[in-house]
Amino acid sequence: MSGFWKRYRRNWGAVAGLAILLFVLLIALFAPLLYPVSPWQMSAPPLLDPFENSAFPLGTDMLGRDIAAGLVHGARVSLLVGTISTLCAVIAGVGIGSLAGYFGGWIDDVLMRITEFFQTIPQLAMAVVLVAIFTPSLVSIVTAIALVSWPPVARLVRAEVLSLREREFVEAARVLGRPTHLILFDEILPNALPPVIVTATLMIATAILTEAALSFLGLGDRNFMSWGFMIGAARSMLREAPWLSVMPGVAILLTVLAINLAGEGLNDALNPRLRQRGE
Amino acid sequence: MPFVTFLAGRIFKALLVIVAIAALNFLLIRLAPGDPASVMAGEAGATDPKYVDMLRARFGLDQPLWKQLALYLGQIVQFDLGFSYRNQVPVIALIGERLPATLLLMASSFVVSLVLGLGLGMAAAGVRFFGRARWLDSAIMSIALIFYATPLFWLALMMVLVFSVQLDWLPAFGMESVGANLKGWARIVDIAQHLVLPTLALSLFFMSVYVRLARAAMMEVMTQDHVRTGFAKGLTGGEVLRRHVFRNALLPIVTFAGIQLGQVAGGAVLIETVFAWPGIGRLMFDALLQRDYQLLLGVFLVTSATVIFFNLLTDIAYRFVDPRIRLEGGAR
Repeated sequence: MSGFWKRYRRNWGAVAGLAILLFVLLIALFAPLLYPVSPWQMSAPPLLDPFENSAFPLGTDMLGRDIAAGLVHGARVSLLVGTISTLCAVIAGVGIGSLAGYFGGWIDDVLMRITEFFQTIPQLAMAVVLVAIFTPSLVSIVTAIALVSWPPVARLVRAEVLSLREREFVEAARVLGRPTHLILFDEILPNALPPVIVTATLMIATAILTEAALSFLGLGDRNFMSWGFMIGAARSMLREAPWLSVMPGVAILLTVLAINLAGEGLNDALNPRLRQRGE
Repeated sequence: MPFVTFLAGRIFKALLVIVAIAALNFLLIRLAPGDPASVMAGEAGATDPKYVDMLRARFGLDQPLWKQLALYLGQIVQFDLGFSYRNQVPVIALIGERLPATLLLMASSFVVSLVLGLGLGMAAAGVRFFGRARWLDSAIMSIALIFYATPLFWLALMMVLVFSVQLDWLPAFGMESVGANLKGWARIVDIAQHLVLPTLALSLFFMSVYVRLARAAMMEVMTQDHVRTGFAKGLTGGEVLRRHVFRNALLPIVTFAGIQLGQVAGGAVLIETVFAWPGIGRLMFDALLQRDYQLLLGVFLVTSATVIFFNLLTDIAYRFVDPRIRLEGGAR
């Protein structure tokens, strides 16, 4: 563990990413304490400039909603949707990939055709269709994002399992007569995990971008304030009040950047030998 | 395998995928909460019972499920994607009218992002290769990292803010100047001006993907034996880079670029929405606003078909480019 942290620390970008990420996480956790009033509440005169009124440090939008409150509450939705949809996608991807890789044959064929199918479809378009038809809610958004993002995990896990299943320690387990599911869970999957963790981290970033895009298009959950919605709502005011769209965008950019940096650091720390490959 | 067999096989596979997407569309309507016909009719406006009845007849909602699916697929084969009640036009007519604009945007973004990405990625790998100007490598990778994390639609808005609102250099909306009625060259120049911002906004994200890929692919080839051989037989660094590294790195990059096309199509939905670009992405957004699900599903199907068609083209192109690919499953 200390070796892991030592390797992670060497990448200063990754450390900076982790710091930003922790900051966003803290804000998200303590959002109800920082801004107990709903971010939808019209609480001040509309279109206050940032830094004009100390009670509303980042100003207000065209309906007098507090921008700072919106940003803080938006962090919750972004992180929540990002992590949960990625978790679902990883579970599905690991399941499908390990079955395909371990059993091979027609099971592999069928599962991989399905994976390719989902990879060919334009992902954002499919997410849009899914959320629109099943009516926008946190559940439908998370499901849609998970449904379009599992294929890379499945392919990755399949490749790992394919190479691991021929290794000696797996052979040994098989000779000892351990049941198949135990071989998969105890012997193979733990060894396939490091690259999956790195991929999952980067997927959270993509999921946050997708959630922002969906709510920008008006497909967000209207019970929760989100960064994408703020940008979409502020669009018509681009000329008069550009900061309304600038700030939530910067929030998304910083969060996604931080996750990508942290993911790269994780990659360096978990796979020290692969460092030079650059990917 | 002869070329004809290969081509037939690939086309068959592409058609199969399109049929699967159509079936998925059908399934989505069935799984959606509520009566399929009224879901299709849309919650907001179209409550005209005649229209709902028309939809019932179209999907044969009293028939067994497999018959309904067959009915639906049969109509799609005849290019009947349904009727947009909101616009009082068949869906296929709406899409046909808008498709060229999207194809133009996708093609220009694909070329721009690939050229920029390859150029910068090669430059980054090149300076590492010669062990000079490392700062250039870091600078390029930082740019790639930032654009990779920037939401497409926000980047588009910021470009409008800077280049249209503040500097007034380029038009922010539409594909042509309204009411200008330009002809010939003047019209082409006008469209090109409108194309600049949407193309850049859509390209920069994918550029960053290609930069990383190109750099990684080049660096991987650099470690291979034939590169050392190139030096050993007295070629200069530039020659080795051009003839031995770049050529071998190119193919995996282009392969991946082909796979990325689906994402370009998805990004086009966002970009067209921001720039009011009159393509099918914008049409999808309008369908969302109007809850016109027939249109929404039609656009989804056509977008997917477009992507599959381009994937097919890239697959065929490889056969001519890379003699090593002897078909079996393609380049992956």
